[in-house]
Amino acid sequence: MERSGPLFRKVLIANRGEIAVRIARTLRDMGIPSVAVYSDADADAMHVEAADEAFHLGGAMPAQSYLNQERIFEIAREAGVEAIHPGYGFLSENAGFARRCAEEGMVFIGPPADVIETMGSKIAARRAAREAGVPIVPGTEAAAADAAEIMAIAADLGYPVAIKASGGGGGYGMRVVQQDADVESALEGVRRDAGRAFGDATVYVEKFFSPAPRHIEVQILADTQGRVTHLGERECSLQRRFQKIVEESPSPAVGAGLRARMGEAAVALARHVGYQNAGTIECLVDDQGAFYFLEMNTRLQVEHPVTEEVTGVDLVREMVRIAAGLPMSVPEQGIAPRGHAIELRIYAEDPEKSFMPSPGAISEMVIPELAHLRVDTGVRTGSKVTVYYDPMIAKLTAWGADRDSAIATLKQALDEAQIAGVKSNLPFLRRLLDRDEFRAGQIDTRFVDENLASIMAE
Amino acid sequence: MADIVSPLPGLVATIHVSAGNTIAEGDPVVTLQSMKMEIPVTAEVAGEIAEVLVAEGDEIDTGAVIARLA
Repeated sequence: MERSGPLFRKVLIANRGEIAVRIARTLRDMGIPSVAVYSDADADAMHVEAADEAFHLGGAMPAQSYLNQERIFEIAREAGVEAIHPGYGFLSENAGFARRCAEEGMVFIGPPADVIETMGSKIAARRAAREAGVPIVPGTEAAAADAAEIMAIAADLGYPVAIKASGGGGGYGMRVVQQDADVESALEGVRRDAGRAFGDATVYVEKFFSPAPRHIEVQILADTQGRVTHLGERECSLQRRFQKIVEESPSPAVGAGLRARMGEAAVALARHVGYQNAGTIECLVDDQGAFYFLEMNTRLQVEHPVTEEVTGVDLVREMVRIAAGLPMSVPEQGIAPRGHAIELRIYAEDPEKSFMPSPGAISEMVIPELAHLRVDTGVRTGSKVTVYYDPMIAKLTAWGADRDSAIATLKQALDEAQIAGVKSNLPFLRRLLDRDEFRAGQIDTRFVDENLASIMAE
Repeated sequence: MADIVSPLPGLVATIHVSAGNTIAEGDPVVTLQSMKMEIPVTAEVAGEIAEVLVAEGDEIDTGAVIARLA
């Protein structure tokens, strides 16, 4: 039986920007009072107004504000908060923070702390996936000691292989090797870069996909009653330097069969690790439709709107329900996607100057109101985009009965949108949408980086 | 005498030189942090550092003088 009052007395949103605004909207819909927190740099920010109450955290630097656990719990106690939604980034995948919530008698709106810990370790996560019968990117789980060992591994995996730095996220400092003769110098290069960047020269070896793979991820939901389901996939192959730019659902490369197989694998992994709440299983998919587990994100994703638009599910609402101990309101057999949704990330960066960050004051920001266009943002005309936080300032998500109509809506949105005062990637996104490869859905994780010059020249 | 100026707004994360150092073209002078990115600012010409005008933690604007060459 459901409680008659709100699910929580009050929820604190430990985040800023568009995601804090977005979470506040659902809390309001659910009749749950919300508490915003803000740094010195965000005193006039939109997310402060979006919540029912707002408390000052501290200095602009994340360590003094959005990562400042002491202060966040002080505010939570003072405001009488019952649960905390961490959003993405900041404290969202911090197991210590999740644990501390429980110690403070508050509910962390996310998975159990020990699951965050397991999936946060590359080695433990790969082991869990293997135990759950989920294919993983072939490679070593332990550090590779020397060139001879790497050659032996490559003989197993088959060339090309990637030599990667253990400390590096994404693919920073990675070297691709085609033959034994190149292993020695590549190993030296990775070690040198990794030592300089992370103070850790440990390397490991992975199969390198050629042709380039797609990045496709599966959204899962798991409640405390033991129900686990998936809400289909998101295609996130369009990335620039490992930073996602465009995401869509469904993927142009995924049919009902592959969706079912990837979904079953994602559900199996979630069950195996005792997952609860919303999570995302990221995979690489090769040109034959084989998929390999990459990592699990134990939080709400930036690109969650595309899933919401094609399933009609409010993921934040489900997260709150699950955290309150209620069953998810999604049927366990899942929901087949309806139509097509595409999200564009707007960054304050200068495409003309190698995408350098472009902080500053937004003198004008116009995003048109169009049918089937969803706008998630934390800034508007007059807002300051500071040097302290992420350059992503807005997300435009279009829904259409099919992929072409979603693209048409986005084109119109980009043609009519204006952002002045800071540089943005609007013109770059507009050119990207016009590329034949994008129109045809023929995209992979290296497409943007390999075609940057010609996209810019159009 | 030439100035080394900031190409973008950012926080001075690390200073790699001090007055009296000789630097070559392309040597890192400071590393700036802006919007979660680290951006090295390198010397466009070789020379000797006469003066460093920023401190670690400073928030600086585009065009701010970071250091002067002798």
